[in-house]
Amino acid sequence: MPVPILKQGPYLIASVQSALTDADLLDLRNALVERVGKFRSRGVIVDVTALDVMDSFASRTLRDIAHMIKLRGAGTVIVGIQPEVAFAMVQLGLTLEGVPTALDLEEGLTFLDEGARGARQEKDSSGK
Amino acid sequence: MKRLKIQEDSAPVSEDTARILSELVAHLHEHRTQLREEWARRITEARVLTAMSEEEIFAEATSVYDNYVEALETGTFEALQAYARNLSERIIPRGVQTHEVVGIVLLLRDVLARSLFAKYQADFRKLNRILDAYEPAANRIAITVAVGFVQERERTIRDQQEAIRELSTPVLQVRERLLILPIIGVIDPQRARQLTEQLLRGIRTNRARVVVIDITGVAAMDSNVANHLVLTVEASRLLGATVIVSGLSPEIAQTLVNIGVDLSKMTTVGDLQGGIEEAEGLLGYKVVPHDGGADAGA
Repeated sequence: MPVPILKQGPYLIASVQSALTDADLLDLRNALVERVGKFRSRGVIVDVTALDVMDSFASRTLRDIAHMIKLRGAGTVIVGIQPEVAFAMVQLGLTLEGVPTALDLEEGLTFLDEGARGARQEKDSSGK
Repeated sequence: MKRLKIQEDSAPVSEDTARILSELVAHLHEHRTQLREEWARRITEARVLTAMSEEEIFAEATSVYDNYVEALETGTFEALQAYARNLSERIIPRGVQTHEVVGIVLLLRDVLARSLFAKYQADFRKLNRILDAYEPAANRIAITVAVGFVQERERTIRDQQEAIRELSTPVLQVRERLLILPIIGVIDPQRARQLTEQLLRGIRTNRARVVVIDITGVAAMDSNVANHLVLTVEASRLLGATVIVSGLSPEIAQTLVNIGVDLSKMTTVGDLQGGIEEAEGLLGYKVVPHDGGADAGA
């Protein structure tokens, strides 16, 4: 099932609704990287609240998306990772390094709105 | 006659032993009142079970006596085992010690043995055979009761440990978006897992953005727990929260550096105050004294 991508002001919101196959993930990546230029978006939010597993491919693809979108001149934030998923991920060593994360959609929007302050937090959380 | 299972581990019970044992049981039934009183008196004399009144001791003694005789008679220990567990459940909260329980069962054994001596003193060979049948059964009863008591106490201890564990991991909100997780005492792997679970849930329910984990009260930390702490910090970041660890003792700092745990991803601060100040900085709070802060409204 393809992931709907909504345009909300200067941001794009990709809201994952169900478990994703590898192909879905690649489609999502391609669509986001393309549209972020098309709509001149300043930021992208990927909402994974609905996911109750996150494998290494998904986690790597999310990281790739964040890095690619950065190269396209916008910011990315991953939101809604479930507590259990988060702990399972770090146990597998999938820490989404260098990718900003936030609790939920609202927090993600705040994060992108804050811009400069967000950059500071990212620096803090990725280590001194 | 019921099948005797007392010596099932060793030699099969011979007809002779069975007959002697039933004679023994008959003797115990016959002198029930007298032996029971004698036993209760010896218990009081020995000044054990001081936590219980004399009436209680006598009542319990009666039940134990009857269960004891029944175990001798039938050779099955399930009923006695269940009774021992039940008794332990009642008396453990009142502070009865292991030595007291073992003591009273051994006293009963002695009281009964003496009554046997008295009864068969004229016929030494018969006494010997009676004791041959009586001793293994009596020992096994003593073991059953003692083991039941100890198991029950261990279960109580486990329950209490569980209760302490649950009490000992509070996740507290001190400001909007700021949680504190004070950890006190020893962290074993199980508790570490529980801490992580509660913290991650707490972050979600309180919508926390910054968490201060204060480990001032933790005396020591091994590499497993340290690595677990690192994982917790990472997992919290995935939920969008920044973790600040405060109050690492000199010993823990040395241990962590010596065992080479990678702490580069952790923000650490000297004490809880520093941790909260740092967290407030991240959240954009500014705390100013009331009187001097007329122009610096927070």
